Amino acid sequence: MSAVAAIPLVKPKQAISIETVGMTKIFGSMAALEDVSLKIEAGTFHALLGENGAGKSTLVKCIMGYYHANRGTVLLDGVEVDIRNPRDARALGVGMVYQHFTLVPSLTGAENLVISRADAPAVIDWKKEMRGLNEFLDHMPFRVPLDVPVSSLAAGEKQKLEILKLLYLDQRLMILDEPTSVLTPGEADEMLGLLRGMAQRKEITVIMISHKFREVTTFCDSVTVLRRGRKAGGGNVVDLTTEQMAKMMIGDTVIREGATRKPRPAGDTVLELVALEAEDEEGLPALDKLNLKVSAGEIVGIAGVSGNGQSALVEVLSGQRPLKNGRIIVKAQPFEPDRDTYHRMKIFGLPEEPLKNATVPKMTVAENMAFRTFDRPPTAKFGWWLSPGPMRVKAQELIERYRVKTQSPESAIADLSGGNVQRAVLARELSSDVDVLIVANPCFGLDFASVAEIRAQIMEQRNRGAAVLLLSEDLDEILELADRVAVMSGGTINYVSSIEQTDRTTIGKHMAGH
Amino acid sequence: MAEIANHLGTPPAATRMNDLSIRVRRSAEYVAIPLFALAVSAVLFSLFLLALGKSPSEFFQLVIRGGFGTAFSLQNTLQRSAPLILTALAVAVPARIGLVIIGGEGALVMGGFAAAALAIPMVVGHWPPLLTWFIMAVTAALVGGIWIGIVGYLRHARGVNETISSLLMTYIGIAIMNFFVEGALRDLSNPNKPSTMPLGDAYMLGKMPGTDVHWGLAVGVILAIILQILLTRTTFGFAVRVAGGNARAALAQGLPVGKLIVICCMIAGACAGLAGFFEVAAIQGRANASLVAGYGFTGILVAFLARHNPIAIIPVAIMFGGIVASGGLIQRRMDLPDATVLVLQGLTFVVLLTSETLYGRFKIFQPPTTDDRT
Repeated sequence: MSAVAAIPLVKPKQAISIETVGMTKIFGSMAALEDVSLKIEAGTFHALLGENGAGKSTLVKCIMGYYHANRGTVLLDGVEVDIRNPRDARALGVGMVYQHFTLVPSLTGAENLVISRADAPAVIDWKKEMRGLNEFLDHMPFRVPLDVPVSSLAAGEKQKLEILKLLYLDQRLMILDEPTSVLTPGEADEMLGLLRGMAQRKEITVIMISHKFREVTTFCDSVTVLRRGRKAGGGNVVDLTTEQMAKMMIGDTVIREGATRKPRPAGDTVLELVALEAEDEEGLPALDKLNLKVSAGEIVGIAGVSGNGQSALVEVLSGQRPLKNGRIIVKAQPFEPDRDTYHRMKIFGLPEEPLKNATVPKMTVAENMAFRTFDRPPTAKFGWWLSPGPMRVKAQELIERYRVKTQSPESAIADLSGGNVQRAVLARELSSDVDVLIVANPCFGLDFASVAEIRAQIMEQRNRGAAVLLLSEDLDEILELADRVAVMSGGTINYVSSIEQTDRTTIGKHMAGH
Repeated sequence: MAEIANHLGTPPAATRMNDLSIRVRRSAEYVAIPLFALAVSAVLFSLFLLALGKSPSEFFQLVIRGGFGTAFSLQNTLQRSAPLILTALAVAVPARIGLVIIGGEGALVMGGFAAAALAIPMVVGHWPPLLTWFIMAVTAALVGGIWIGIVGYLRHARGVNETISSLLMTYIGIAIMNFFVEGALRDLSNPNKPSTMPLGDAYMLGKMPGTDVHWGLAVGVILAIILQILLTRTTFGFAVRVAGGNARAALAQGLPVGKLIVICCMIAGACAGLAGFFEVAAIQGRANASLVAGYGFTGILVAFLARHNPIAIIPVAIMFGGIVASGGLIQRRMDLPDATVLVLQGLTFVVLLTSETLYGRFKIFQPPTTDDRT
């Protein structure tokens, strides 16, 4: 083993084929994965599709040895293998690229590669290693600068380095977990194209977890679709239409039609951000003189690669981060993040991951639904006495109107499923008149049905005249919903256009900061 | 609005489940697990006693006799429970907003000392006792409140860890008191123990009628009830629970999280300060090192065992009052050092903190699960 790793890839290695038979994984009383069998030939670019909770990551974690499958076997190159932990997987040539980077940011690419080796020596002979690395890179279809700290690389280069790392460790079966979520569309296409090329040359086999049909149809050879822990279908990508794959993913669930955009004359400016500046935790600028206007009855979508100040902007608008400079103006009045202002100006918000950002998990559904109204009549008497009766009645009404699936209003909200938590928050935030709506990645981690519902609700608010600011890492979401698109890069808005006058490529170019 | 609801995908399932059963199960867990922790610490402590060659059964019999056996020992126990209720409240209220404050001892000392120092001119000037006590109590609560309020402010404004700062401020508080009782405010007629001037019998707070227990117990019980109502039945309490459960969500709802933190800390400090007032006005009659008796620290244990529930604090404080009260008897009868009781307290605390990991692990306490997942 050590001899292989020390002088890696003098001769090109072959891709590995993988087969799983009857993989089953049970958590408590629930089967997260049930009898999943799939066969992927060596040199295939295979996509794993499915909604959240369909069992994609459970399957992958069973293959990688993070979980022990209750039943089922894994065969590599036709030989049954026993993978007890990730170290076993690695020794067998199975590697994984995660959604988020696992490189050490302060070290250079070369250092990251060498220390990742299982047999990294205590004292490193850098001359020898660099020679080995350069020789290794000569065999690679792409290069990444290895002598600068990883933190100074662009996201796309970091992702390429992650892949180089797997190749360096001689891992010829690569599992990629939504690898493009941190990349610009251009970077994503380039990287997937490279992987496809290597797979076609039979150098690697790729399993990619994805939920983007565009990527699957453009780059993948075959696909397996999971639904509720079972294999719902699959086959060669050329034989399948997007509609067929979507149908496999969601089954018989009825998806709400996308809400129609009612034509509206441009309203008055409702929300105005003037030269906003804010700092991140390290005191570095997170927002840099950001200017933006949102009018009544329009959705302004903010696109951008994650980490360009989007979260700071949401936090500033929801009182979670102090504003260093600049002004927020709502309806020609200065905005203060206090209850009175939120109530008077009718400002509401749908944050990403609502359980984490918009609820108190341990409090009951009824209490969580009362966050907006607990200090107003009828829930509050004399301004300070809390009456549980009216709170309960109101919660019951919202639960029925928004079809929140809960055992009782007294259940802890943490006991609800993701879609139902989101619905409870929607009920709280959208059940009265809305003038300003701040939305951040509202569909992150939700299933199709919930996503369609939420998008329709947002459109509904726009049609009724609310000014909507939508921050999303999903460009398709913005293209579907927004009237105008703004691109955020380096903490500021560097491009604004009405949706008719722009396209994916232009937006992508500005996301990369050009 | 109704037409929107009709579009929503999933069918309704908001069936009226048995809410009572959910609540009973949840609270049963909060009683059963601390009781289990107590039992485990009793077993561990018995092993400790056996290792010393002492009889565990004799020890626990003595605790019951020395703490609760006779009218006298019961009153002694209640006497000691009074400050424990107040110092436990000083832990429980900040805990509701997510802070772990362990500096009740410092607020008790500062409150008691300030009350004793302010009483000197009033005693010398022959003010009416009722007015004197009132001013002393208000002063103690105010000083204690500001003392822990500083901790809350540092936490909110500067991100200083409240657990560490409150503990360190305890030592500052004790040093401030020592500085004055050994210096400017020292009663020179008392050469043995540096103290402030005594209040004198006329200014000592009396016992509750028909008992040998001072008024601190009644005040503690009433305060516990008031704080329970404040935390569960008012908009203030609701806001505190939101801020304590998820500060980010609270900020997004426009709640003044920083202000709430400081107010909770001030309430906590006021409770501990009042405990100091009662120690001075009903027991010691002066401020001296006897104020540093560890009530502030035992109160932490009481509050954790009561799961920061003000009402539950009352019986738990009485139980620990009994253990503290029986210390003397145990020392005499079993030839064990005074600190033995501290070993029991320490063991209980460690076991109790460990038992926190047990919540949610037992099926019997959980609401019946449904398999409809979206």
